[in-house]
Amino acid sequence: MVEFKDIQKKFGKNDVLTGINLKIQDGKTTAILGPNGSGKTTLIKILLGMCHSNKGDILVGNSTTKNNWSYRKNIDYLPQIANFPGNIKVKEIIAMIKDLRHQKTRDEELITYFELKPYLDTKLSHLSGGYKQKVNLVLSLMFDSPFVILDEPTSGLDPLSLIKLKDLLKKEQDNGKTILITSHIMSFVEEISDHISFILDGKVYFDGSIDELKSTTQETDFEYAIANLLKNDHA
Amino acid sequence: MNLWKSSIRIVIKVDRMKSSFFLLCLIIALNFSYAQNRTLEVCAKDCEFTSIQQAVDQAKAGDSIFIKKGVYKEHDIFINRKSLHLYGEKGSIIDIDHKGYGIKVEANDFSITDLTIKNVEVSYTSDYAAIYLFKCDNFKLKNITLKKAFFGFLIEKSSKGIIEENDISGIGQSEASSGNAIHLWNSKELEVRDNDVYNMRDGIYIEFGSNNVFENNTSHDNMRYGLHFMFSDDNRYSYNTFQNNSAGVAVMFSKRIQMNNNVFKKNWGTASYGLLLKEISDGEIYHNTFENNTTGITADGSTRINYYENDFINNGYAVKFIGGSYKNKFYKNNFLYNNFDLSYSGRLNNNSFDTNYWSDYTGYDLDNDNYGDVPYRPVKLFSYLVNETPESIILLRSLFVDIINFSEKVTPVFTPKNLTDQQPLMSEVQW
Amino acid sequence: MLKILKYSFFDLIRSRWSYVYFLFYLLLSSVLLFLNNDLSNAIITLLNVVIVLVPLIGTIFGVMYYYDSQEFTELLLAQPIKRKSIFLGQYLGVATSLSLSVLLGLGIPFALYGLFQSNVIFDFLILIVVAVFLSFIFSALAFNIALTNTNKIKGFGYAILVWLFLAVIYDGAFLIALIYFQEYPLDQFTLVATLFNPIDLSRILILLKLDISALLGYTGAIFKDFFGTIAGSLVSLGVLAVWVVLPLWRMLHVAKKKDF
Repeated sequence: MVEFKDIQKKFGKNDVLTGINLKIQDGKTTAILGPNGSGKTTLIKILLGMCHSNKGDILVGNSTTKNNWSYRKNIDYLPQIANFPGNIKVKEIIAMIKDLRHQKTRDEELITYFELKPYLDTKLSHLSGGYKQKVNLVLSLMFDSPFVILDEPTSGLDPLSLIKLKDLLKKEQDNGKTILITSHIMSFVEEISDHISFILDGKVYFDGSIDELKSTTQETDFEYAIANLLKNDHA
Repeated sequence: MNLWKSSIRIVIKVDRMKSSFFLLCLIIALNFSYAQNRTLEVCAKDCEFTSIQQAVDQAKAGDSIFIKKGVYKEHDIFINRKSLHLYGEKGSIIDIDHKGYGIKVEANDFSITDLTIKNVEVSYTSDYAAIYLFKCDNFKLKNITLKKAFFGFLIEKSSKGIIEENDISGIGQSEASSGNAIHLWNSKELEVRDNDVYNMRDGIYIEFGSNNVFENNTSHDNMRYGLHFMFSDDNRYSYNTFQNNSAGVAVMFSKRIQMNNNVFKKNWGTASYGLLLKEISDGEIYHNTFENNTTGITADGSTRINYYENDFINNGYAVKFIGGSYKNKFYKNNFLYNNFDLSYSGRLNNNSFDTNYWSDYTGYDLDNDNYGDVPYRPVKLFSYLVNETPESIILLRSLFVDIINFSEKVTPVFTPKNLTDQQPLMSEVQW
Repeated sequence: MLKILKYSFFDLIRSRWSYVYFLFYLLLSSVLLFLNNDLSNAIITLLNVVIVLVPLIGTIFGVMYYYDSQEFTELLLAQPIKRKSIFLGQYLGVATSLSLSVLLGLGIPFALYGLFQSNVIFDFLILIVVAVFLSFIFSALAFNIALTNTNKIKGFGYAILVWLFLAVIYDGAFLIALIYFQEYPLDQFTLVATLFNPIDLSRILILLKLDISALLGYTGAIFKDFFGTIAGSLVSLGVLAVWVVLPLWRMLHVAKKKDF
C-alpha cells in the first residue's frame, strides 16, 4: 500500500500541492485526475523521489521514500513525455535499462506484443511519437513489478494500439497489480480504473470509486461527472 | 750544411746593402750558437737526468730538455732567466701532487710544449698554477694538458707570447675553491688560440692587458665566465665558442674591445647570459651567434658600441639594457624566436635599433623595398612590466599576458614610444 | 555508478565531438613535432595550448553533455539507482573521456616520436597529469553550473564566464595587485595567488620543469624552492585535488536537493 501524508510542494512562490492525503490500495487501479497544472505529475515525481516535497511523507509498504531508493525496485514508471537520448538504438536502450536494473524482464514478450521488432535497430530520434510511446511502454512495463505508475500512457497511440494497451492493463489487473494512472482520456480512465482521486488547488478534492463519483455529482456520464466537479468548484 | 749554403746565398743577395756586414755576423752567430745547443733528456731510468729540475739547472740558455714518457712527481720547477725549450711526448706527466706550483718561469725566448701537468695545489691564499710566468717575453706554451688545475696558466707582466692548443680543466666545486684556466695580468700582445678550457672558475681571465688576441678557443662548463676582461683596453676575441658557462663572456671596465664571429650558446641559468657588458665603450660586436642563452647580451653602462650582423636565436631575452647606456647602434641583426627580443630600462639615450630582422614582426611591405612599412616595437608590454615589477614574471606564458601584449602592440600605451625599429627588415640578414 | 560511467563514457566516445577533440590534439602535437623537431620545444607550445584549451573544452563540453543528456538522466532517476551514482557516473564519464582524448591525442605522436627514449618524458608526464587534472576540475565546475541553471543559454554563459575568469581575469587582477603593491615583499603573495587558481598552478608546475624556468629569475627560485620539495609537490597536487573534490561535493549536494 502506498500512502501520501500531507504532501506539500512549492515551486518558487507557486504552491502546487498544499496537502495531499491519499491512500492507494493494493491490487486496485487508481486514476489521479485533475485539470492541467494541478500537480498530478509532480505528485508522481515526488512518489518516485525525482522531486522533493517541502513537507509530508510518503510510505511505500512500510518504508518512507525519503533518502531511500531501493523501494523503486518494485515500481514500474512510464514518464509523461518520452524523451530519450537521440543517438542510440531501440534495442540498445532496452539493453541498457535491463543492465542497470538487473531484474527479471519480459521485454521479448512486450516487443512482440507492441510489434516493435522491425524497429529494434532504429535510432530513437528517428521514431514517430507513437512508436516512442510504445518503446516507453516496453521500458516501463518489462520488469513486471507489482506497482505500475503510468503518466499519460495513451498519448500518441493510435486506436489499435490503445486497445492493445487496455487489454494489457486488464491482464495486469487480473494478475493483481496495483496501478496508478493519470490521463485526460476519460473513456480510458472510466474503462480501466476502480478508484478516482481528483486533485484541485493542491488538495484531494474527491476520492472514491466511479460509482461514488457519479452519485455524488448526480451525473450518469463519467465525463460529465468530472466536468461537474470542476464547474461546482468554480461556482 | 744546407743551412750554411742558404745563409751564404742570402748573404750574397744582401751583399750590396749597407747593413750586409752586420747581417752576416748575426746569421753566423745564430747558426753557431744553434750548433752548440744540446738536448737534455729526462726519464725515469737510463737517461742523463731523472728529474726535470736537475736538467733545468744543468741546461744552458738555448738548450732543449726532452722529458720522456713517465710520471714525474715534481713541483715548483723553476726556470730562472734561461731560454729553454721544454718538451715532452705522449705520456709525459708532471704530477704536482698538490704541493704548490708546477713550473715557474721568469725568462725570455722559451717554450714549453707537449706535456701533461696535473694536481695543482688548491689554496685560498695563494694562486697556485700549473705554469706560472712572470716577466716573460717571446714564449710559447703549446699542446699542454692540465688536469685538476687550480689555476692553469698564471701569466704576469709578460708580452709577445703564444698560448695555443692547450687543454685545461679543473674539478672546482665552487668559485672560491677554483681558479682560472688562463689568467693574464698586466700582460700584452699575447696570442691565445685553439685552447680548450673547462670546469674552471673563469676560462680565460685578463686584467690590465692590452693588444691581446683570443681566437678559436672553446671555453665551456666554467663556473663563472668563459672569458673575462677587467680594465683591459684594445683587445680582440674572435671565432671562440662559449658554451654552458654561468656566463659566456664578461667585458668590464674596458675600452675598444672587438668581438666578432664568436658563438655564445647554452649559457643557461637563473642569472646567466651570453655576454655581459659593464662600463665599457667603443667596441664592435659583429658576426656573433647568441643561441639558447637565458639572456643573450646584458648591457649595463655600455656606450658607443656597434652591434651588427649578429644572430640572436632562441634566447630568453635576446638583449637586456639595464641602464646608463648611450649611443649604441643595433643594425642588421637577426632576432629569431627569442622569448623577449629586448628588455629595456630607462631612457632611450640615443640608442638605436633600426634595420634589424625580427622574427616576431608581423608587418607588411607594400612598396617592396624589403623594409616593413610599420615600425616594430621590440619591447613587449610584458617585458616592460617585468622590469617594473619583477614578480610579475610569474605570469609568463599565461593567456592574459598574450592578450595584453597584443593590445599593446595594436595601441602602445606603456612601452617607450621612441623605442622602435623604424625600418624592420622583411627577410633575415645573410652574413 | 560504474554502469552509468560505462554508458556515459561509451556514449561520449562514440560522439563526434570526442573525435574532433582527439583529432585536434593529435594533429596539433604531430605538427608541432614535425615543425619543431624538438620534444622540449613542442612541450612548451603544448603547455600554452593545454592550459587554455583543456579548461575551455572541459567547461563547454561538460555543460553541453549535461544539457544533452537531461532526458536520459530523468529516465535514470525513475530507476532504482542512487542519485549520487547517476551524477557521479555521468561526471566521471565526461571527465575520463576528455582526459583520454588529451592523453591519446598528445601521447600517440610523442610516443611515435620516441618519447620513451628521451629525457623529457617526465616533463611530458607532468603535462599529461596537469591536463587530466584540468579536465576533471573544469568538467566538475561545468556540472555545477549546469545543475544550478535550467536555462541552457544562461548555463553556457556562466560556463564561459568561469573559464574567462580563471584563465584571464584572475591573472589580470593578480598582475594589478602585483604592480599596486610592488613596494611590499610579494613572494608569499605570488605563491598563494598561484596556488588558488588551478590554471596558474598548472602552468607554473609545468614551467618549473622546463628549461624556460630560468627566465623566472629570483621569483622562480622561490617557486622552485617550494615546489621542488616533496611537501611542495604534495601541496600543489593536493590543491589540484581539492579543486576536483570541492566542486564535486557541491555538485552531489545540489543534485541531491534538486527537483527534476
